[in-house]
Amino acid sequence: MQDHGELLSIILTIITASTPLLLAAIGELVVERSGVLNLGVEGMMAVGAVCGFGTALIFGPYVGIFAAIAAGVLLSLLFAFLTLSLVSNQVATGLALTLLGLGISGLIGVGYVGQPGAKLAHIYIPLLSDIPWLGPIFFGQDVLVYFSLALTAAVGYVLFRTKLGLVIRAVGDSHQSAHALGYGVIPVRYACVAFGGGCAGLAGGYLSMAYTPQWVENMTAGRGWIALALVVFASWLPKRVAIGAYLFGMVSILGLAVQTKGLGIPSQLLTSLPYIVTIVALVIISGNRALTRANTPACLGQPFVPDR
Amino acid sequence: MVTENPEYLLEALHVVKVFGTLRANDDVTLRVKPGEIHAFLGENGAGKSTLVKMIYGALQPTSGEFRWKGKSVNVGNPAAARKLGIGMVFQHFSLFEALTVAENIALAMPGDFDMAKLSEKIARVSKEYGLPLEPTAIVADLSVGERQRIEIVRCLLQEPRLLIMDEPTAVLTPQEADQLFVVLNRLSREGCAVLYISHRLEEVKRICHNATILRHGKVVANVDPTLETAASLARLMVGADIHVVHTVREQSEGAARLKLDNLNLPADGPFVVELKNISLEVKAGEVIAIAGVAGNGQSELFDAISGERPLARDAMISFDGRPSGRLGVNARRNVGAAFVPEERLGHGAVPGFKLSENVVLTRHSSDRSLVKMGMLQSGGATVVSERVIKAFDVRKGKPDPEARALSGGNLQKFVIGRELDRKPGILVVNQPTWGVDAGASATIRQAIIDLSRDGSAVLVISQDLDEIYEVADRIAVISRGQLSETYRANEISLQQIGLLMAGAHEVKEARHAATA
Repeated sequence: MQDHGELLSIILTIITASTPLLLAAIGELVVERSGVLNLGVEGMMAVGAVCGFGTALIFGPYVGIFAAIAAGVLLSLLFAFLTLSLVSNQVATGLALTLLGLGISGLIGVGYVGQPGAKLAHIYIPLLSDIPWLGPIFFGQDVLVYFSLALTAAVGYVLFRTKLGLVIRAVGDSHQSAHALGYGVIPVRYACVAFGGGCAGLAGGYLSMAYTPQWVENMTAGRGWIALALVVFASWLPKRVAIGAYLFGMVSILGLAVQTKGLGIPSQLLTSLPYIVTIVALVIISGNRALTRANTPACLGQPFVPDR
Repeated sequence: MVTENPEYLLEALHVVKVFGTLRANDDVTLRVKPGEIHAFLGENGAGKSTLVKMIYGALQPTSGEFRWKGKSVNVGNPAAARKLGIGMVFQHFSLFEALTVAENIALAMPGDFDMAKLSEKIARVSKEYGLPLEPTAIVADLSVGERQRIEIVRCLLQEPRLLIMDEPTAVLTPQEADQLFVVLNRLSREGCAVLYISHRLEEVKRICHNATILRHGKVVANVDPTLETAASLARLMVGADIHVVHTVREQSEGAARLKLDNLNLPADGPFVVELKNISLEVKAGEVIAIAGVAGNGQSELFDAISGERPLARDAMISFDGRPSGRLGVNARRNVGAAFVPEERLGHGAVPGFKLSENVVLTRHSSDRSLVKMGMLQSGGATVVSERVIKAFDVRKGKPDPEARALSGGNLQKFVIGRELDRKPGILVVNQPTWGVDAGASATIRQAIIDLSRDGSAVLVISQDLDEIYEVADRIAVISRGQLSETYRANEISLQQIGLLMAGAHEVKEARHAATA
């Protein structure tokens, strides 16, 4: 029974560890589909984490969620203004955004270090949540776990089944052609960047309000970069992003579990394992080069200046 | 106030467009009647595209007025133009390569988004007009001719009153062009006007009812093309008689200087054509031209010959009898070969480098006066660059400008002149006069012929059949990575070349469309 409890808790931890990756990556996927490369995911997550944490202390975690989203959106709009309106270099601006976000979050969070945070509650549905195994896994998560999965499905639907998604993909594939057809390249990209910022902020908030309800400087610990890599290795396809995020979450948590057992496997190998497994797995599923090529936004990272 | 005149579908009245200090359109007036195929002629840079973009709402005029069915209109953007009933087929297609045919068309359609219904409609309309299209195909996999069909069908679905076509036949085989003319004539009979931009004066004479001619941003004439000759139209466009390329057809059978022997090159990416068993001999003193529709392996063949992509075996390619298949670009230059790629800016020349620096880039290892002990001899480079500029009449703003500051035609003259100046024994040129105006084209073609008459072997890869007939002694056709036999230029007709260009697959398709 004790073993069962341990395995269950590992599964539950895997889900909470994967959710922030999925949220950040699905947002960045939309950004990149519109042809913009925002390398500032890590910074936006950090700011989302600290703003969500601080707000949750006063108003509770549900208000904290919205604060985290708003913080991510605000920071991403700064990026959008610089890269889309002032046509600055997207790579350099994104890197700067990460540094800025990490710095600001540290500044805002000085007073929060060491404080116990408000934790996002897990839902409880009478009877359903009480089913052994299945109950806690499927009916006992916090709302953002369900939201992240629904969001992935929704992004997939919108991108490939609606006109809005078609326009986003078109803008990312050829901004010149989209402009020639009369679509507003810049407004579409602003909206996508803001969406990505909101998702990154939310992912950060999830870290500080659900994964580990506390604030520590640099608590995002490179997850923003992992999210960025997931998008590329997943060939810009939402389903694959979800697979990648959960695979990464699973291997990293299993690694920790193995480490605590003390099986004598070098810890460096275990900590590097999630990266290796995720990259290998996604490289294998993206083995169809034609499909990858067809899904790569051709205008990714290229500046667009319409002629007048 | 001009009185309202509903006789005209579209009127552009006294339109002026200024870019910086350039008056791209200077008091241009153009009137198109319903159902008329109206040619809009002019050299590169005369301002045709500028006016057309304003009609389509992609640019705004500095001053002047547009009228649609007699009423003054302000076309703020392309969507507004489409709403009026104006459709446009762009010269550089406004297509999305990663999307399907149906998705590309859906992007231009207003209203409901129903892919199933739209796909069915695309299939129906494209069949009705003899422009077969598969709605679920990805654009990146389609030929240039098929891509143009998408643009045309995209316009037709909106039931336009005016269709603007920017150089539509530049990328088509003669048969595909004929098919296009059938569609245009049918549209005209149905009352749809066509504004037809082309350099090909013979086809303008053949299908157009009216012609407006632009030179340096100003309208110089409005004529009935059926009453003109191609030469008289050209004179109106250029403002002077065009130099006629002069060929001496003295067929001295020299030794083979460039030899391709069963050249094979696998595709190294998804949109790259595989070259299959290409054999060809170019002899001293002759020009061989390779015709073909873009994307059939021309750039791959050029890369294989120039050494940008080395081959598996040395024997696949020989320069003056020396097997060189595995040599790099410089080693091939050093045995006397010279190469001019298709893309002049970025491939043939570095945009941000001065002309003299660009001279060094292709000639540093073959020309001792440019580099000594690893040090650049800028004096030597300037001498060469000046010599080329003088010989080819390259027009420029300052003594040694950056490559990007030159107009397309002038840069092309420079890039070709740079290689010709070496008097190479073997010259390979890809699309020598693509996007170059008539005057510069004539200069370049004459220089190519003159080089061959001095004993060099010249291989020209071109899509322009007029050019091919002008320069070539023998002609071969490339289709899907395979090269046909070579034919003497005076023994193969335009129609035969067209059939070879299309390859078996498309001929079948065209026949199918004709019977449908």
